[in-house]
Amino acid sequence: MTRALSLKTIALGLALTGGSTAALSTVALADGQDFVTIEKGQYLATAGDCISCHTAPGGKPFAGGRGIMTPFGVIYTPNITPDRETGIGAWTADQFVASMQHGVGKDGELLYPAFPYPFYTKVKRDDLVAIKAYLDTLDPVRSEAKPNGLPFPLNIRTALMGWNMLFFTPGEFKPDPAKSEEFNRGAYLVEGLAHCGACHTPKNMLGGDKSDKVLAGGVLDEWTAPNLGGDLRTGLGGWSTADIVEYLKTGRNAKSAASGPMAEVVYYSTQHMTDADLKAMAVYLKERAPSPAVPAPKPVPAEDPVMKAGLAVYQDNCSACHVSNGQGIARLFPDLKGSAVVQADEVETLVRIVVQGTRAAATKTAPTGPGMPAFDWKLNDVQTAALLTYIRNAWGNAAAPVTADQVKSIRGRLTDTAATP
Amino acid sequence: MARRLPKKDVVIIGLGWTGSLLAHELTDAGLEVVAIERGPWRDTSTDFSPTQDPDELRYGVRLDLFLRPAQETFTLRHNTGQNALPIRWPGAFIVGNGVGGAGVHWNGHTWRFLESDFVLKSHLSQRYGAGAMPEDMQVEDWGITYNDLEPYYDKFEYISGTSGRAGNIKGQLQPGGNPFEGPRSRGYPLPPLKDTAPTALFAKTANEMGYHAFPRPAGNASEAYVNPLGIAMGPCTYCGFCERFGCGNYSKASPQANVLPVLMRKSNFSVRTESEVLHINKDASGTRATGVTFVDTSGQEWEQPADIVLVCAYGLHNVRMMLLSGIGTPYDPKTGEGTVGRNYAYQSAGAAGLLFEGKRFNPFVGAGSLGQCIDDFNGDNFDHTGLGFFGGASITTSNYHGRPIASSANRAPGAPAWGSAWKKQVSSTYQNSSAVAGQGSVYSYRDKYLDLDPVYKDRYGRPLLRMTFDWHENEKKMTRFIAQKCAEIGKAMGAKHVTPRSIPDHFNVVPYQSTHNTGGAIMGSDPKRSAVNRYLQSWDVHNVFVVGASAFPQNAGYNPTGTVGALALMAADAIRNEYLKNPGPLVQA
Repeated sequence: MTRALSLKTIALGLALTGGSTAALSTVALADGQDFVTIEKGQYLATAGDCISCHTAPGGKPFAGGRGIMTPFGVIYTPNITPDRETGIGAWTADQFVASMQHGVGKDGELLYPAFPYPFYTKVKRDDLVAIKAYLDTLDPVRSEAKPNGLPFPLNIRTALMGWNMLFFTPGEFKPDPAKSEEFNRGAYLVEGLAHCGACHTPKNMLGGDKSDKVLAGGVLDEWTAPNLGGDLRTGLGGWSTADIVEYLKTGRNAKSAASGPMAEVVYYSTQHMTDADLKAMAVYLKERAPSPAVPAPKPVPAEDPVMKAGLAVYQDNCSACHVSNGQGIARLFPDLKGSAVVQADEVETLVRIVVQGTRAAATKTAPTGPGMPAFDWKLNDVQTAALLTYIRNAWGNAAAPVTADQVKSIRGRLTDTAATP
Repeated sequence: MARRLPKKDVVIIGLGWTGSLLAHELTDAGLEVVAIERGPWRDTSTDFSPTQDPDELRYGVRLDLFLRPAQETFTLRHNTGQNALPIRWPGAFIVGNGVGGAGVHWNGHTWRFLESDFVLKSHLSQRYGAGAMPEDMQVEDWGITYNDLEPYYDKFEYISGTSGRAGNIKGQLQPGGNPFEGPRSRGYPLPPLKDTAPTALFAKTANEMGYHAFPRPAGNASEAYVNPLGIAMGPCTYCGFCERFGCGNYSKASPQANVLPVLMRKSNFSVRTESEVLHINKDASGTRATGVTFVDTSGQEWEQPADIVLVCAYGLHNVRMMLLSGIGTPYDPKTGEGTVGRNYAYQSAGAAGLLFEGKRFNPFVGAGSLGQCIDDFNGDNFDHTGLGFFGGASITTSNYHGRPIASSANRAPGAPAWGSAWKKQVSSTYQNSSAVAGQGSVYSYRDKYLDLDPVYKDRYGRPLLRMTFDWHENEKKMTRFIAQKCAEIGKAMGAKHVTPRSIPDHFNVVPYQSTHNTGGAIMGSDPKRSAVNRYLQSWDVHNVFVVGASAFPQNAGYNPTGTVGALALMAADAIRNEYLKNPGPLVQA
């Protein structure tokens, strides 16, 4: 520990004296195989969930090749094992830090922001150096990068200069001295390594964050990432910090269960984080500037024929697990009453899991990964729309009705069932 | 030529209840364990989802989850004078297949046997005199007592989330429980299931008749539950699709619901599915197993070396595996010598079918183990003096399903079996049918046994298991007695038609009766009269343990799974705490 602290002091000293950190990197002075640094890097790489995107389905961990669907085309993740030719074994710590903080590759080429450097730029340099030290301990895997499926002119990387000018603010995280250490630790993780906003902040037409709607909920790959703001109906307003911690640690809580991309986050990342870090993230999420309350729409009345049809579908198909009052079974079958996902404006997740089914994360502390079966063969678009309209407006819920056309459109865009780890 | 795999500490044949419980315990002890399972991988969310699970035609009639006779079947004859013939479609019993085994398709009855059941031979000899039993009856003591097994019963009930009401906690009788049960260290982990109209009527009537009704112990979770492994169960929805079906609601106890979520996460455990063990291999001395040889779906043979071999298949398959591998001496009914194949037994049914008028039983609201029982005529809970038989049955009115195809077979006496008149009475009998049914003991006999068939072989050229079995006078008398008791209760319940049923003159392999085949590799304290010792360890090959109902010296008037689970956990304890320290016979003969 003493050694790690002294390294930190050296790095800090260099920065204060205006010395070029590029020329005198911490790693050049440090033992790259220092146990404390590597272990710290392992934890931080886990907190950043690097493995999730940098592993192809069925592929070797961290060897890249997973296709990331963007509205502009598919981008394949690179190999970040220490293979010197196809991975990042030949990268210096500075090159690695530059990629994380500035979105530039080994030779200065611009990286696509599907790689969430707009978040990683907030991560402290010595944390990034530790991650690189950890990655250097992995088995090198020879795995060539796959060509991206981006159309012209997006395949010209210099186009990213403009994107960076518009949407990228480089710079390490600055703690808010008015807030607690815990809040600042949570903010550092949420805004930085954990890159929650990559999914939970809505994007503009060019794929940049809508800066006025940070963590207000987004849609990607036909999954709805819910609003992490304080809204009672569509956000985390009804969740306590303990609820958030339990969700991130176990993949479920009394109200909900992580599935789809969030199941991956819990499986690979948050279940392995310390209770203190999870609590810090929860405190930050609950205390940060509240997003403006979204006015609740008037619920569709129960006597509406669509609601009646939806109730019948619900009773026949859903009530065994989610129970007739919608409240489910705590930690096994999610509570639909008051659920943010159920009442979100975007209904991608709702349609998706009714049509394709899904499976909750199976974690160390909650080892059963309960399944939601697929109803694609059983419910047509009209029935699915009626069902979703019903659950969005029953038991005190209120949200816009879902139309058969919406269901049809989303059903048509679903390609494959998302893997749950 | 078999290809050789890297050695493991333990190889398990079959990944059902016993295999998964032992694998969990032994991986916790740090051992490298591989299970080899003949059938497919099956899991709740992928194979038993609630959208497809309640499909009676697929699972209940066409037996989707069960072993195909083309893969392995049995031959049967009534006595040694006959030529046995193969069973070409499952009838009297249906055998599970795949990960989870019978733990997937069972109803969930989670019984403990009576204290006297474990010391049956000495108990009956003491109470009625050594000469009271029929000359060819071959009942045995188990080599353990109820108290030896109690901690493992308790452990299994808590792992599997049993719902019930205790009758005897540490010797204190508990109101509303079974007063005949042995003392338990604590109550069930979950309260009993809710009653339905016929089960409540049975309990009320039985109590009015002076009997002692109690809810049947159920492996159907009455409430949400988290077991000691940290695995969550959902509350039973009373959908009535347990027997022959997987459970999509994480409510029926099964390896999938209660053990595998933890076991499959362990790096020192692996399973090879769709892989059939051909035989256990032994070293040149013949006293030590070296592993198993199995074959995969492409026909490739593999040798899996291991220090310990656990035979955890279905009971009958355990016996066949021992015979095929030359472990222990085959039983010879002529001389009465030999141990493997000895003391095969089954289950016997004495019952009364009930048809009421004007009821609305709504039998579709059911659960596999939902029922009210009495144990007043089970085992030796009643005086057998002058009755001309030994044994008895747990007597139950259950509400375990309202499956439309099966239920449409219920007919009023004299009602037509087809046509519009049949259709008309189906809707009435559906709502008005019930039964009082005995789950009866079968004791073992010198001439009823298992061996390898001399004629019929499986697709690998291995002999099939031959069953030589027929009903004996003792069980016929017993089931007639039980049927009479059932009928008396049924009449008192107010049924209009009461139809007593007992076992026929000869065992018939066609109608479904029970999948509770027991014995053949029985436990005991005498290596001349048992195949395994009290820890289920082979007397002959000390690193082979044979776990399952194959160890029962005779069958009691209960379903077997609670006792099978407890025996598996007891064997696991013995391996962890005794055998690993000093590999060798745990009991000196």
